[in-house]
Amino acid sequence: MRVWRYGDNVNTDMLFPGKYTYTCSTPEEIIPHLLEDLDPSFSKNVKKGDIILAGKNFGCGSSREQPVVGLKAVGVKAVIAESFARIFYRAAINQGLVLIECPQAVKAYREGSEIKVDIDAGEIVVGDKTFTFPRLPREITAIRDAGGLLAYTRKKLEAREKLKE
Amino acid sequence: MGMTFAEKILAKYSNTKELSPGEIVTVHPDHLLTHDNTAAIIRKIEPELKKYGVYSKSLSVIVLDHVVPAASEKTALNHKLVREFVKEYGIVNFFDVGVGVCHQVVVEMGLALPGKLLLGSDSHTCSYGAVGAFSSGIDRTEAASLLLTGETWLKVPDSVKMMLNGKLSKGVFAKDVVLHIIGDVSASGVNYCSVEYHGDVEQFSVDDRFTICNMGVEMGAKNSVFFVDNITKKYLVSIGVSSSYDAVYSDEDAFYSRELEYNLSDIVPVVACPHTVDNVKPVSEVADVDIQQCLIGTCTNGRLSDFKVAAEILKGKKVHPDVRLLILPASRRIYEDALKKGVIETLIKAGGIVLPPGCGPCLGAHQGVLAPGERCLSTANRNFKGRMGCKEAEIYLASPATVAASALTGRITDPREVM
Ligand code: SF4
Repeated sequence: MRVWRYGDNVNTDMLFPGKYTYTCSTPEEIIPHLLEDLDPSFSKNVKKGDIILAGKNFGCGSSREQPVVGLKAVGVKAVIAESFARIFYRAAINQGLVLIECPQAVKAYREGSEIKVDIDAGEIVVGDKTFTFPRLPREITAIRDAGGLLAYTRKKLEAREKLKE
Repeated sequence: MGMTFAEKILAKYSNTKELSPGEIVTVHPDHLLTHDNTAAIIRKIEPELKKYGVYSKSLSVIVLDHVVPAASEKTALNHKLVREFVKEYGIVNFFDVGVGVCHQVVVEMGLALPGKLLLGSDSHTCSYGAVGAFSSGIDRTEAASLLLTGETWLKVPDSVKMMLNGKLSKGVFAKDVVLHIIGDVSASGVNYCSVEYHGDVEQFSVDDRFTICNMGVEMGAKNSVFFVDNITKKYLVSIGVSSSYDAVYSDEDAFYSRELEYNLSDIVPVVACPHTVDNVKPVSEVADVDIQQCLIGTCTNGRLSDFKVAAEILKGKKVHPDVRLLILPASRRIYEDALKKGVIETLIKAGGIVLPPGCGPCLGAHQGVLAPGERCLSTANRNFKGRMGCKEAEIYLASPATVAASALTGRITDPREVM
């Protein structure tokens, strides 16, 4: 596991340049351009289970879900930030990418610190310090548990269909 | 305890009496806006569409605007797919290439009415607060789900009250006001909040309110709103809205998580410097910076009043030989009006290049992409690195007056010097 550390206001153009937004939508098309204008080494070196640590307002800017799809596809375990922009936050719920808002954990991190995240327990360990984060409301975990919004929607449609019968 | 605008709208759309911030409700929005990204959205749900169809033919508003006319085979194919979808499912509100930028079209066609709830797979969907609607951006997957089910969840936001007091000075515009506020509160200053504008707002036309609400997302807002008044009503009459609507106002005793006050007479012409929208400085501090491209237009400042201001400054003059001036009307209707009023002629004679109504160079896909080392002064809403197609270029944001004045001198210029 590796920690990728970024600053404040990492926007959607840095995460996935707008010029590709109408030509790339599958994970295979997205991955080579992930974080292209922020950190060209990211897409080549990122590994399953890696963690991104960032400052305030991560994901601000456009309604652009490619970075979320891409980060989920390369296996990023969680993005931990001081805060997130709202459309990005919703997109992450919809794709099942774990976002954790925990400014204390971000501030406690030093180059080389060991980080462990236990999503179910709501706990982040940074070096020798443990931080907790609140569980998400039931309406939101239901989407994640279904395997993302589209899977959740499919279930809902099937249920509606049954009611009609 | 009274309720804020956001609380009232979300209560109305979830059939709930009272709501407080943090609660999650299920809503059925009046409209769902999607644009060129409709292609990617419908590709996600092909089997479901075949099986269940769309939830409602009148829910969707689809506008082709982002890369228009198509810039490549791939974008042309996207447009084609969208047109086929529209025909097959009988989508009522479809606006093909050339009608305008989606947000302008939604408002101009009378689809965003006071008291309505709209969602859209574009972050600047927050613009419709200009006419008293509640509107907010979502992502593509959520738009796909809405197409099928007609519903989604929303969290009731905290509300922030912005008091705008006093009167703007000459040469200072709505764009300067909103940039000033973003510079003050920061790019995440009102994250997840509903922003209400109060105070001396009668000096702001619907065009001005559009500019201010459009940039709400650049301070993190979920939605922004100006309440319906005579100015809104007149505007709605002017665009031929005949249907009735129910304006929603916040209560006097509503609770705000924050109240901010701005004295408008203190605000001066400003620019947002690279590469964040909250890096705001008075024009005087960056007045020596030379520029190679100027853009007047986009959903932020591509309306008739914007071009009129620019034309007044440029009339009978020529833009600086080192500057390319791009003119991007936000809609065909605006383009026509500007032609009739002679505004377009003035801008062309001054050296302006008129682009077809749409997003044009705003998102860096085509038409006016920048080269490394170049600087653009633009009336758009974002100056992120790489936004105009080149990560080694710089984008500055300002009002149409500042952009027009700067086009003449070739460096960032205070419009008061030439007005
Ligand atoms: S003009 Fe620019 S900001 Fe507005 S919708 Fe188009 S790309 Fe987005």
